[in-house]
Formats: sequence, structure tokens, C-alpha cells
Amino acid sequence: MVSPAEVDAALGLELLRGMWRIRAFEERVGQLTRADEVHGLVHLSIGQEAVAVGVCGQLSSRDAVYGNHRAHGHAIAKGAPLAALMAELMGRDGGLCRGLGGSMHLVDVEHGFLGATGVVGGNVPLALGSALASRLAGHDAVAAVFFGDGAAQGGIFVESVNLAALWALPVILVCENNGFAEFTPRSAHSPVERVADVVAPYGLERATVDGNDVDAVRRAFAGFLEAARRGEGPFLLECLTHRLRGHYEGDPQRYREAIAQEEWQRRDPIRRLERRGLDERWLDDDTPARVEQETREEVEEAVRVARESPYPEPALTSELVYA
Amino acid sequence: MSETTMLEAIRTSLAEAMRADERVVVLGEDVAVGGPWGATAGLADEFGVERVRNTPISEAAICGVAIGLAQSGLRPVVEVMFVDFVTLALDQLVNQAAKAHFMSGGQLAVPLVLRTQGGAGQRGGAQHSQSLESWLAHVPGLKVVMPSTAADAAGLLRSAIADPNPVVFVENKTLYFRREEANGSEPVPLGRARVARRGRDVTVVATSRLVSEALAAAEELAREGIEVEVVDPRTLVPLDLDAIVESVSRTHRLVVAHEAVEHGGFGAEVAAQVQSAAFDELDAPIERVGAPFAPVPFSPPLEDAYLPDRADVTTAVRTLLRRSA
Repeated sequence: MVSPAEVDAALGLELLRGMWRIRAFEERVGQLTRADEVHGLVHLSIGQEAVAVGVCGQLSSRDAVYGNHRAHGHAIAKGAPLAALMAELMGRDGGLCRGLGGSMHLVDVEHGFLGATGVVGGNVPLALGSALASRLAGHDAVAAVFFGDGAAQGGIFVESVNLAALWALPVILVCENNGFAEFTPRSAHSPVERVADVVAPYGLERATVDGNDVDAVRRAFAGFLEAARRGEGPFLLECLTHRLRGHYEGDPQRYREAIAQEEWQRRDPIRRLERRGLDERWLDDDTPARVEQETREEVEEAVRVARESPYPEPALTSELVYA
Repeated sequence: MSETTMLEAIRTSLAEAMRADERVVVLGEDVAVGGPWGATAGLADEFGVERVRNTPISEAAICGVAIGLAQSGLRPVVEVMFVDFVTLALDQLVNQAAKAHFMSGGQLAVPLVLRTQGGAGQRGGAQHSQSLESWLAHVPGLKVVMPSTAADAAGLLRSAIADPNPVVFVENKTLYFRREEANGSEPVPLGRARVARRGRDVTVVATSRLVSEALAAAEELAREGIEVEVVDPRTLVPLDLDAIVESVSRTHRLVVAHEAVEHGGFGAEVAAQVQSAAFDELDAPIERVGAPFAPVPFSPPLEDAYLPDRADVTTAVRTLLRRSA
């Protein structure tokens, strides 16, 4: 097996920029939600950026990726343009989905992001279908699906894991285990602490990694990806992480008391990679601030473009019911 | 002229579609060994078990896999053994398949066919005998097909497979083995009704098994000089309202007949659309024929009494004629 590349200046910067792009975008989305410019139910992944970046950075647009309700990061990491993404959250015609999807239903076919879903666990089997399509066509494209630990208690998850294992599909199940299913800690929903243990009887090759360490995510995923490209699978990558914001924007987060919030702030994936880069000297002192600044400017430009996009014509609602 | 059955017609149509387009794949419980009715018998021999794929009893995941296949360029035909079990796959059908094209702003398409069968009459009890098509017809983004003859089943299936949208194809178990003349499997477009019998006095819009019941009622009434026109919409979504209104504008009387529970059934939608489009053409209130508001009973005499049939259609026609006399 080819071991994944060491983190050097080029790769380190790419990972850092990838995470900052999501962070800057979502912090701005949080502001725009409060300003009522971004609409609807908005779930931010701030604190979980390392998972999306560590996974999607290694995939091509031919690989199908599916995300859950907290999918801004998945879409951005897969290559979705920020302006179209922002316009989508604002419900504009220039949005990725012409304003018909919204935050929980992002799709960017051009970049192989085949869809987020607002139904927990609802698109896990879709990723199996994309993996099977690739196999039937004789391609080496793979499929990956992001879901939270809350999805593992659903029947569709178990059905999908069984089917993926039975058919040995080249699909990588990426669990973002942030310890919370909506407002409740995992321990209140399941006696099984690790999602990797939930799938154990099916014989999936699986790994549990520190999901706030983008390099750890990247390395673990690289091994699974290489095997999946050869047609092997399925795999489960469980990334232990933590969202630094509420379940949705506006969540009063009363349940937070029990959590060592300070500890998680210290483990912020962006700050960790920055510290490492400075320690290993592939980052110089000025670069982190510069990357942050550049991505914030990128996001501001996206906001500017999105604001210029008109709302869709009302007729669009009836035009797109059927293909 | 040779004879066929609806099952043979479906099998032949599936095989033709698979020969014509290698993107067509079949999946479902026991399909590689023919399925419980034999609708997929022999397909695995010709096309292999990769394209004719047996699945575990996981309706939701099977349907989800099919959606993923469809979104990734294939044309899956899923078999759900009984329409009663479509309930297990409703999240996939309603939240994923039906909305993918819309919610993606037109980027995605889900060219998926879900074949299933419903209907009572075989002592299956309340969980193996339902007619749930009105639920499906209520969901924007799904198309709903209900064939009543072998030729229509074959032709509609070809069109359903070619359609870029998710199509639920609801067969009826009691129609599977009836012998009919074989008429080939020319594609029948979705959204075009068939006039099964011409008549000047009353229009009966009937679906699935009730088409042959309506034809039997028409035969009986014709002996009394009452000429019933029987219109089979063949697809509930899209609905060929024009054909129904055209018929009603000649007969001025309408009965809508289906096996599903009358309450909240698709007949109510047809009645509402017709009165809206052609109220002035109607000489009497629209009559509905459907099952009572109860689960399908198991006990044979109770099931027989429960099932809407030709006698119910005949009664409805006579009621209409009396009210418009």
C-alpha cells in the first residue's frame, strides 16, 4: 500500500485553506442567519471542518459524495463554488439548486456532490447505489457518505451496512461522531459508544480516528480510498469530533453545561494544524492570519455575488417537479 | 393471435428493456429466482445476477440503492413484493426520489421504476391486500401507473423505464394470470387514457381490477339498453383529464370506481377535477365506487363483501340515472 504523502508546505496550506474556507463561510452564514438574509434551518459544522477536508480533498468529481443536514463543509470541500452556495442559502436563482434546495438539500452534480439530505441517515443507501453503478460500469470511482452518530440508530443505516457488506461495495461510510444527536448526548441514545462497534458484526474494515486532526482523517481515508479504487469495500471511518456551535443556529444549547467547551476550543482543528505547521516549520508566522484573511475575503465576494442574484421566478416551482 | 397474461407481458417487456438498454437493472427480493409471482423469471439467466440482483428484505435500503443507481446514470427497476411494504420505503420514495430533481434545481434526475402489486381477493388479510395508490399520487415528483391489461402493462412499463422520473408501477395480483390476446409491447405513453368501451349514457372511470368489473357491469346494463362508456386512465399521475372530460361531455354522468378505500381515495380527486373542469356538463352528482373505510378483512365471505365489484358499479350507474332522470 502506498502510504499517504507527508504533510509539507503545499499540502499543509491546502488543508489549512480548505478548513478556513469552511470556517469563514459558516461564520458568515451564522451572521447572515441572524440578519435574516440566510433563511430556514441552518446547521453549522464549525469545529468539524477537518473531516470534510480530510476526506473530500482526495476525491475527484467522478466520485459521488453524499452529505447530511450539516453539509456546507462537505459541499465546499468537494468543490462547490462559494457564491452559488451562499446564493442557495439565501434562496436565490443563482444558487447551486436555484434556491429550491436550501441549506439541508445542497447538490452540486458538476463536482460530484450528489446530495445532502435533511432526513437523518436517509441518503446512506444512495451512496451504495452510486458505488454499485460505478462497479457495474467498470469504473474505479467510489462513493462516500457523511453522517452523524445519530444516524447509526436508524433502521436504514443497519439495512445499508448489511447490503454494502453483502455486496462488498466500494463505498466509504464517514461517520462524524460529534457525540451529540441533536440536543442529546450519544450515551442517552445507545449503549454502543462507538459507531465502529455498531458495524463490527458485518466485518467492515473500519477505523476510529481523531476527527479534529485533519492529517489523521486524511491518512485513514487514504488507505480506504486506495482499496476502494480497486473495487474493495465497504469501509467505515469514524471521526471523533465536536461541533462548536449549536445543533442549529438559534439553539440555546442548554445541554452544553456538561461539556468541556474549553477543551474542545483547544482542540479546534484549524488551530491545531496551525500549531503543527509552525512547529514543523512548513508554516511561517504570518501565514495563518493571511490564509484566514484571504478566505474571509473570498467569502465576502461570495456574499456580494449572492446578494446580486435575484429570487427565482415563482413559475420555477411548477417547472421543476418533473424532469 | 396468441395469448398472454399480464405476468408474461411484464416479463417480456422487462427483458426487452434490458436487451435494448444495458443501463436497465432489476433488483428486489428473490428477483433472480423469478420472484414470488414469476415476473422476473429467466431474467437472471439471460442478463446475469449483477443486473438481476437479489436483495435482503430491506425495502428502504433497496429503494435507496435504486435511487443512487438512478442518480449515477443507471435505470433501475425495483420490485417491492406487495404495495403494503412500500410503507417501509416511503422515506426513500417521498423524501429522496420524488424531490431530488426539484431540490437540486434540476441537476439530478431519478429514472427509477418501482414495480409493486396490490389488491385484495386472495385472502391475504389486511397487510397483504391494500390499495395505497392515492398516497403515492399525492406526492409531487412521483408518477403513478396502474395497468389493467397485459398489453397496457407491457407498454406502460417500457414508457416508465424510459421516463426520467421516479415511477411507481402498481400491478394487481388478481390480474396476473388472466389470459388475454397478445398485442406486443409497443410503448404506451404515460398520461394517456384508454377508452375500454364506448357508450353514450354514463362514463365510468375505472382503474386496475375495476376496469374489467366496469366492463362486466357495462355488458349487463347494455342488455337493458343502458350504454356505459368505460375509461381507464392507466396512469393516475399524470392524469389524462382531457379524455375524461371529453367522455363526460358526451354522457353527462360520471362514476369513478377503484378498489381502494373510497374515503380519501383517488376517485375524490378525479371527481373534484371533473366538476371543476366540466360542472355544466354534469346532469347529476358524481358517484364513487370504492371499498369501505375499514382494513381488508381476512374471512372469505367478509372479504368478498368488502371488495368493490361489478355489482357496485351497476348500482352506481343506476343511482346516477335515477338522479338525472
